[in-house]
Amino acid sequence: MEQALLWFFALAALAGGALMLVLRHPMRVALALIASMLSLAGIYAMLGVHVIAVFQVLIYVGAVMVFMVYAIMLLDVRDPSFTRRYAGYLLPGIAGLAVLAWTFFHAIGNSQLEAGTPPATTAFDVQPFSAAFLNEFWLYFELTSVLLLAAVVAAIAILKARRGNHE
Amino acid sequence: MNNTQLLLSLSTVLFCLGLVGVIVRRNLLVMLMCMELMLNGVILSLVTLSQQAASTTGAVLVFLVFVVAAAEIAIAVPIVLLLARRKHTLDADAFSDLKG
Repeated sequence: MEQALLWFFALAALAGGALMLVLRHPMRVALALIASMLSLAGIYAMLGVHVIAVFQVLIYVGAVMVFMVYAIMLLDVRDPSFTRRYAGYLLPGIAGLAVLAWTFFHAIGNSQLEAGTPPATTAFDVQPFSAAFLNEFWLYFELTSVLLLAAVVAAIAILKARRGNHE
Repeated sequence: MNNTQLLLSLSTVLFCLGLVGVIVRRNLLVMLMCMELMLNGVILSLVTLSQQAASTTGAVLVFLVFVVAAAEIAIAVPIVLLLARRKHTLDADAFSDLKG
């Protein structure tokens, strides 16, 4: 049962990723990406890493993709990028994909990987995660907030520059 | 094929699909979303391997990568808005001013 669910989520994530290449309108691409991310969250939950599954849904789907969908709705420009899907690099891109994927699969197939361990119930619970996060990695936590602050300041600076150019 | 190989193969395929999307697609926002797909593939391999090692450090690293991705999108989308305002298009081919 668990194995079947894992395969189901893997195939759903794969289908979402493949749809991103063929769909035309950016909103549909965004929905395919959201489906793929939710399937990945399901995979994380099945692996027993519930903290990361929750983060995946909250941060990626909840914050990043909502922002992206908002930008798509803001920029409803009718231009060639909406009707012609592909740039001029279609055939070289596909050929590069084939070579890269073959290399990776060769490496994975030849590697001596252990069979998947049963879900680690202690390491990824919320309590040990937050204890380790705030005891050992508090410096990185603070640096993260500095990074987010810098991102906010940079976004405001970009918007200010746009206004300055047009007035 | 055991579970680890399945998940690592999935992360490989997602990374390759995202890379091809960045190269092949024309729309700037779609290219950004394909970059997100690449990042998701890499995070999947990170989660798989750190879950095998049962290390809390891996979880913390994944969380930090999430935050960096959020910051990246917060910068990238205003830049795309700026480009679209300037050229009235999202076509990546329109922004080849630096080509000699």
